[in-house]
Amino acid sequence: MDNLTSSGWRQALLQGFVAGLITVSASTIGMVELFGTRYFLAGLFTMGQLLLFAPPAVLAFSLAGKIKSQGISIVTVKAAAIGAISGAMLALLVWANQTFPLRTVLINLSPKLMGLLTFDRSLAEGALILIGVSVATAVFGALLQFVPRLYRQALLSAIITTLGVGLLAPLLFERIRNFFGQSVAQLVFTSSALQVVPAIIIFAASAALFYFRGKAALNSKPKAEQKLNPRQKMLRQIPLAIFLLILPMLLGSYLTEITNNVGIFLLMGLGLNIVVGLAGLLDLGYVAFFAIGAYTMAVLTSTGPLGVAQMSFWAALPICVAVSALAGVLLGTPVLRMRGDYLAIVTLGFGEIIRILALSDLLKPFIGGAQGILQIPKPSIAGITLISPEQLYYVILGGALLAAFISNRLRESRVGRTWIAMREDEDVAEAMGINLVRTKLLAFAIGAGFSGLAGAIFSPKLTSIFPHSFNLLISINILSLIIVGGLGSIPGTIVGALVLVGLPELLREFAEFRWLMYGLLLVVMMLNRPEGFIPSDVIRRELHSGDEHRAEV
Amino acid sequence: MKDRLKNLDLITAFLWLLRAAIILVVAWGTFKTLLSNPYTSRNWLDFIIFGIAQGSMYALIAIGYTLVYGVLKMINFAHGEFFMSGIFTATSALAIPLAASGFMDQHPLLSLLAIGLLSMLISVGIALLTERIAYRPLRHAPRLMPLITAIGASFFWQYYFRGLFGSQVRPFPTVAALQGSIPFLNTTVLKTHVLVVVVTVLALVALNFFITKTRAGMAIRSVSENKDVAALMGINVDRAISMTFATGATMAGLAGLLYALVYGQVHFFMGFIPGIKAFTAAVLGGIGNIPGAAVGGLLLGLFESVGPSLFLQGLGIPAFNQLKDVIAFTMLVLVLIFRPQGIMGERLAEKKA
Repeated sequence: MDNLTSSGWRQALLQGFVAGLITVSASTIGMVELFGTRYFLAGLFTMGQLLLFAPPAVLAFSLAGKIKSQGISIVTVKAAAIGAISGAMLALLVWANQTFPLRTVLINLSPKLMGLLTFDRSLAEGALILIGVSVATAVFGALLQFVPRLYRQALLSAIITTLGVGLLAPLLFERIRNFFGQSVAQLVFTSSALQVVPAIIIFAASAALFYFRGKAALNSKPKAEQKLNPRQKMLRQIPLAIFLLILPMLLGSYLTEITNNVGIFLLMGLGLNIVVGLAGLLDLGYVAFFAIGAYTMAVLTSTGPLGVAQMSFWAALPICVAVSALAGVLLGTPVLRMRGDYLAIVTLGFGEIIRILALSDLLKPFIGGAQGILQIPKPSIAGITLISPEQLYYVILGGALLAAFISNRLRESRVGRTWIAMREDEDVAEAMGINLVRTKLLAFAIGAGFSGLAGAIFSPKLTSIFPHSFNLLISINILSLIIVGGLGSIPGTIVGALVLVGLPELLREFAEFRWLMYGLLLVVMMLNRPEGFIPSDVIRRELHSGDEHRAEV
Repeated sequence: MKDRLKNLDLITAFLWLLRAAIILVVAWGTFKTLLSNPYTSRNWLDFIIFGIAQGSMYALIAIGYTLVYGVLKMINFAHGEFFMSGIFTATSALAIPLAASGFMDQHPLLSLLAIGLLSMLISVGIALLTERIAYRPLRHAPRLMPLITAIGASFFWQYYFRGLFGSQVRPFPTVAALQGSIPFLNTTVLKTHVLVVVVTVLALVALNFFITKTRAGMAIRSVSENKDVAALMGINVDRAISMTFATGATMAGLAGLLYALVYGQVHFFMGFIPGIKAFTAAVLGGIGNIPGAAVGGLLLGLFESVGPSLFLQGLGIPAFNQLKDVIAFTMLVLVLIFRPQGIMGERLAEKKA
């Protein structure tokens, strides 16, 4: 740390260079242009601009936190340097693109991007604006460190809230229009962004709210954990239950469809959470069980030429889960003696083998090869066929609740503790009398069963399935969501699914950069917050045992 | 105790059964193929030659896995992306413009040299950056964490380069001087394949010299033996680890050029499958063992090229070439189950968890 302060100038220059690298990269790979059409504030401020100016601000903020003791003027100058370097690197990119034919190689350096970067002015004027704005935002970021903590937190929370509302503007607009009519919706939003005045109101209101909440939290003494009896606990769940039941009515068809996707990934996430989060077995071929569940359902129920039994959805459902769990045991047995990274690679191999087999002509007579299986009927209850997303929602909700309930009970059970013991140290666990074979296979089987359940719901949801739906990226997606949420934590898995599956579906612009963001997120989470956003207690304690110790001293 | 023994026996029996079943299937398929004899000896020779060319490439990539594993005991999942980044950049930024200007046809050797150098340079840059940002801070973290950052880095770089150069396949320009083939035994060998093998052999010789004779190479070896003792001997461990990544990435960058020459195209996703296959090769040869990586690569290339025709066809599998990748993955699984120390059998720390 001392090193950092003594070479503070070098540090500032380095941070500026990093900020420049980030902004130039975001521009060169096309993110800025793609997001440049998405306004937070109508006509004023786009997501692309956020990408250009947030990195210097964030880096200046974090640097200022470290060198606060040097005084406000030096910090300001250093922050300005960060902003200036970042802006200058962007200007350099524009200049280079005007001077050399870079676009033949870097396909995303379009004239439109150049227009965005120079604010549709000449290079010199544009460069001045770029540098000016990045200096301003960087200084703003750094100065935030000098604002008293309570105000700072309120300010930051309000900024994030306003940006969030702006981000979801098209959806909120559509929903508000649906419930309160066009005119009310247009008071707050244009069809795709926040209006300026409401934005200021939202900002002020949320700032005030967060300020008073923070103040209240400071004043009140930490309450002792109230012990609730089971009945009180149940009563507390009622509003949540009602909310979940009427959710499809609030959301409308499109959003319910997205919620359904979130639900399916949540189901898989809960399963993988048992395998990776609790038992510590990093499984990268998890999609295989999803595929097995989906294909079993398809083969059993399809009314097309490939269907063998034309069973009903409900009769086939337990079979799918059982088949997947069995597959979990079968694929788990050979890898019982592998640990850590070898396990990851082998399971990845399994996943790929299953996908290639599903694609191949070898199994084509049974599961249709690349043409997949068609005509999978929708489930029906009491004569009503569940066709719309709103109706299917309840099937998925049921599955997710069941999975959440089972994982919650399992985690607190004897089995759950043996998993955690095994994750911590296999040898010690074995010495304590834990049957490793049975424990591991149980984790694989239950995880696979959840995934199979998700697959079994997935195939009637789409009514036709193809091998391409079951690629490695699904496994990575699920892994990302449980890591972002918090390994071993059930609420974390739910939040992870909402953020990592829901957001990309809502923000179609993200789709192209979804995997880039996931990759980045995995790295950033591991470096800064390995326990996830909503960590399980055990993991948090484990990862921060050192900090607590230090705090006590 | 009794219960545990019973369990273990069951598992062992299961594994033995699996082993026997696979050997039986392979033997049966081979027998049937040889019986019906659909190929001439010349066909087989062609398969073998292609296998050697392909295997050389795997060998070069596998060295990166093995080196990093030797030093950090970590599977560098992003290594396939180091391989991709170099040649994808070199093709887009250098090879295509050079070919378009006609320079490539006038000075093929010089052009290929420049393309190869750029490829290696970019691969090394990406490798050093990844190591510095994503791996170094986690060097003492639980083992799962660097593996997860490696997966993250891998996807990040894939889609980063997709953003830079586009998602479409870029054809690698044909080099006039490398067209055609040379007679060899009773068949002919493509000139590109000859070049691939020659370059690989030269690279392996250079690598061997670097690792055994230079100070940097000795630093790498000592760090892979024991980091703490190496540090006590005055070796800068961080620098030695960076050097390890750089060496592996140099080989990967070179392998990228060979890939582009053999397959004639590059794209952002090209690193993934060769990456896993090269990892298989490294495991096959005995991970952590440099000659092992070379042997493993060669063997895997041969298996992949000969295997489908040798035993899958005999089993009467329709369109058996679709299952080519399954062979590599199955081999990976089998080696890890039955002989995790690999062919070259250097002792593998059993308890690395």
